[in-house]
Amino acid sequence: MGDSNTITVDPFEEERPKETHFHARMAVLNIRENWAAWNGYKLANYFYDAEYEYFCVRNGCGTYDICGMQKYFVSGKDAEAMLNRMVTRDISEMNVDRVTYLVWCTDEGRLIDDGTVFKLGHEHFMLTCGSPSLAWLEKSCYGFKDVSIVDMSERIAALALQGPTSCEVLKKMGLKDIDTLKPFGIKHFPFGASKDKPLMVSRTGFTGDLGYELWIKPELALEMWDSLYDAGEDYHIQPFGEAALNMARMEAGFIMPLMEFNEALKTIHFRHDHTPFQLSLDWLVDFKKPHFNGRAALLKEQHDGPEYTLVKLDIEGNKPAEECNVYSDKGCENEIGYVTSAMWSPVVKANIALAMVKTKYLKGEIWAEIYYNKELRSYTKVSRCTVKEKPFWTHPRSRATPPLPY
Amino acid sequence: MNQYDAIVIGAGHNGLTNAAYLAKAGLEVLVVEKNDYIGGAAVSRELHEGWIYSSCSYVCSMMRQAIHRDLNLTKHGLLLVPYLGNVAFGDNGETLVGYTDEEANYNALRKISPHDADAMFRLHADLARYAQLIRKTLLRTPPDPTSFRPRDIDELLWLAKQFWGLGEKELYEYIRFFTMSAADYLEDYLENDLIKATMASAGIIGTALGVYSPGSAYILLHHVMGDVDGNIGAWGLARGGMGAISQSLAGALQESGGKIRLNAGVRKILVRNQKAVGVVLENGDELHANIVVSNLDAKRTFTQCMDEDDLPSGIFNKAKNFKIRGSSGKVNIALSGLPKFKGVPNNRYVNRGGQAFVGSLETMERAYDDWKHGCWSKDPFIESVIPSAWDPTVAPPGKHWMSNFVQYCPAELADGPWTPEKRNTFGQTIVDKIERYSPGFRELIVHMEVRTPHEIEAEVGLTEGNIFQGELTIDQLLFNRPFPGYAQYRMPIKNMYMCGSSTHPGGGVSSACGANAAREILMDLRLDNTVPDDDFYDE
Repeated sequence: MGDSNTITVDPFEEERPKETHFHARMAVLNIRENWAAWNGYKLANYFYDAEYEYFCVRNGCGTYDICGMQKYFVSGKDAEAMLNRMVTRDISEMNVDRVTYLVWCTDEGRLIDDGTVFKLGHEHFMLTCGSPSLAWLEKSCYGFKDVSIVDMSERIAALALQGPTSCEVLKKMGLKDIDTLKPFGIKHFPFGASKDKPLMVSRTGFTGDLGYELWIKPELALEMWDSLYDAGEDYHIQPFGEAALNMARMEAGFIMPLMEFNEALKTIHFRHDHTPFQLSLDWLVDFKKPHFNGRAALLKEQHDGPEYTLVKLDIEGNKPAEECNVYSDKGCENEIGYVTSAMWSPVVKANIALAMVKTKYLKGEIWAEIYYNKELRSYTKVSRCTVKEKPFWTHPRSRATPPLPY
Repeated sequence: MNQYDAIVIGAGHNGLTNAAYLAKAGLEVLVVEKNDYIGGAAVSRELHEGWIYSSCSYVCSMMRQAIHRDLNLTKHGLLLVPYLGNVAFGDNGETLVGYTDEEANYNALRKISPHDADAMFRLHADLARYAQLIRKTLLRTPPDPTSFRPRDIDELLWLAKQFWGLGEKELYEYIRFFTMSAADYLEDYLENDLIKATMASAGIIGTALGVYSPGSAYILLHHVMGDVDGNIGAWGLARGGMGAISQSLAGALQESGGKIRLNAGVRKILVRNQKAVGVVLENGDELHANIVVSNLDAKRTFTQCMDEDDLPSGIFNKAKNFKIRGSSGKVNIALSGLPKFKGVPNNRYVNRGGQAFVGSLETMERAYDDWKHGCWSKDPFIESVIPSAWDPTVAPPGKHWMSNFVQYCPAELADGPWTPEKRNTFGQTIVDKIERYSPGFRELIVHMEVRTPHEIEAEVGLTEGNIFQGELTIDQLLFNRPFPGYAQYRMPIKNMYMCGSSTHPGGGVSSACGANAAREILMDLRLDNTVPDDDFYDE
């Protein structure tokens, strides 16, 4: 026991997860002390109850800490051309203050990561993604003279605000005309004592419902949190963790790394990564634009058709089909694919899953062999699956401008 | 047009469910409703601008998930949100906070009684076992134990198999359980009075029984057997109020071409040659149908909507004596802010859950004594929930409303009929009691809707304001519901059926009665069944 004058050094300091810019507020609300980690940062798995938090997102609104997300400024005269060569989607038509979702691939057409590009100025972009991508970005600059990459990951505090009441909360917070912001639009707002507009809001998110993402410099992070929570008090605001996010994104049909896809640059076996076509992201590949990474391979993939296709499944019964294989027959003799994510959807009241299924079997019967546990005993159940074309959960308010009343 | 394949009387949730499944099978269906709004007792009403009350039923846990899924009620606007936590208040201000988190809940119980904290695990396991069995019967038609039809024999064998599956010891326990009082049943597990009273309160809700009355143990089970998304015993709120359930069912019905006619109370069910052929509305309109389905309670159906002469002898008397005593009131209170309660942690979760003003076993029994003597309880049991703390759509931002279910409140008072003055005094009794636990509560009140059994009967149509359409005692359960010999939804008049909570499996917003009746009707019409099988988490 040292006295108060002793300087104690935490021998584990280097090993402990870093704390995000919002940690001080989130730590108080993390009653269950249930932390996960993301890119070296502490991130709540859940704060109080995962399902409760999920319902806050569907019923009121919730905040999700995205400080752990990677953010890169890509700037310079060649920034647009460089990004356009790197990603599969055409970003040359983008307007300033718009965001677009996209993916980028290896020369073999295998998916490296997905993310969003924010066009902040004519020669100034922000790329966000789940995994550190600095090395690949710098490699992608090869041949371009005027482009600079700056890793802003630690220099921008970011918080997602998602759910039906989210627009009302921002209005109450004083963000003028926030309701005129269109999906994938960006607006800048004054905040605090600052004379400029330090708060950037994009109408983006990962829950399939109305939602926004708030971007601000770290010094203002806690002030922004407080202002948001003051405004949100009467609109059922609640922090949510990774568990609730995972439920919401599955219902929206969004893909996650290490669930639906293995990042190509981290994949050992060449058959274990994916093309955008396999992930049903055909709409993100634009062959009409000039050359881009993986073009030739993707043209071939488009011509041949992907061996596997990611599909949405509605499964009989209520046992989540986690980590199970799917078959073309009830006897489970002909294996045709595997489930990537699965859950019981509380809002839709359906047993849902995303699954990679051999494309040629998609028209036929699909059966899942589900394993579940009951008081230490293991059981097996074979359930019929139906392919769904649309996301399990959508709401018209998520596309409407101004958003529909909550 | 006044000719239909089927007419369903009453646009409550079971009537709408029944109609939706008949319409799905291709029948031309009309639902007639006496009020100018649908929902019956699953209704949302804006009685004060900006506040939306669930005027009658206020939470649900028995809603059949299989039906929700099958009729795609989510698409029709239904979102069921589970609510967490519950605080029970004792006579002397002691509180017991019930947490969803098992560890937190154990610690809270342990503070009051380490013995009970431990015993609660066994109690929950036993209740879960009993509930598991009953739950399996919800979406099935009860067998007729006196019939030799293969279908009844099969169903009886199935039922027997389920019972035998419990094991010999449990079988005895189970039979005891059906006839015991809630208080006696809990005596075997618990020692602390507040904990016992809290658990026992589920045994009296909606029933003219006390915590010490035989039969109340089963009612307890009826209230803990539900689940929300597999969380057994959890309760959910419908976003937008309970009317959202009825509205979504109406959406499903209309999608299949079914129709609803409002302001169309039924004066009589038309009977020709021992067959139901239609209805006469209160305005004199005659509507004809091949099938008539009553979603009204058994007493109202037979004693008010039918001529005694049209019925086989005995049925009229059975209906007259059907046990459907009114025992509860409902007080909906609009509030200018969230009330704070003494002895309850003031955090964003706990003061938003439900409240149970239980007092003690003795207080609850004395509350029952008042009812027996023909007056409302002077110190009533109140079960409350603040839906606006969970649902942003039912009160203006920052404002709230509190649903208070009150037991006991008789349908008939010893000192003469109900009057508006007596109703107000009853309402004040409730406010006074809450004020004791939440000083300053009275100042928060913006508007109040006080409903005694008198108002519930007059507005909703439930005889004596009985929320279950008939008490849930063993003599009126399973193949005895509503009467022995008539438990399979077919009534003594040909082409006439019942689909309300007076039938198996009884009260609660479950959609099960309506769905079960639809399956029987379709079977009689030799049409393909449109009703799904139930789906269980614990199979």
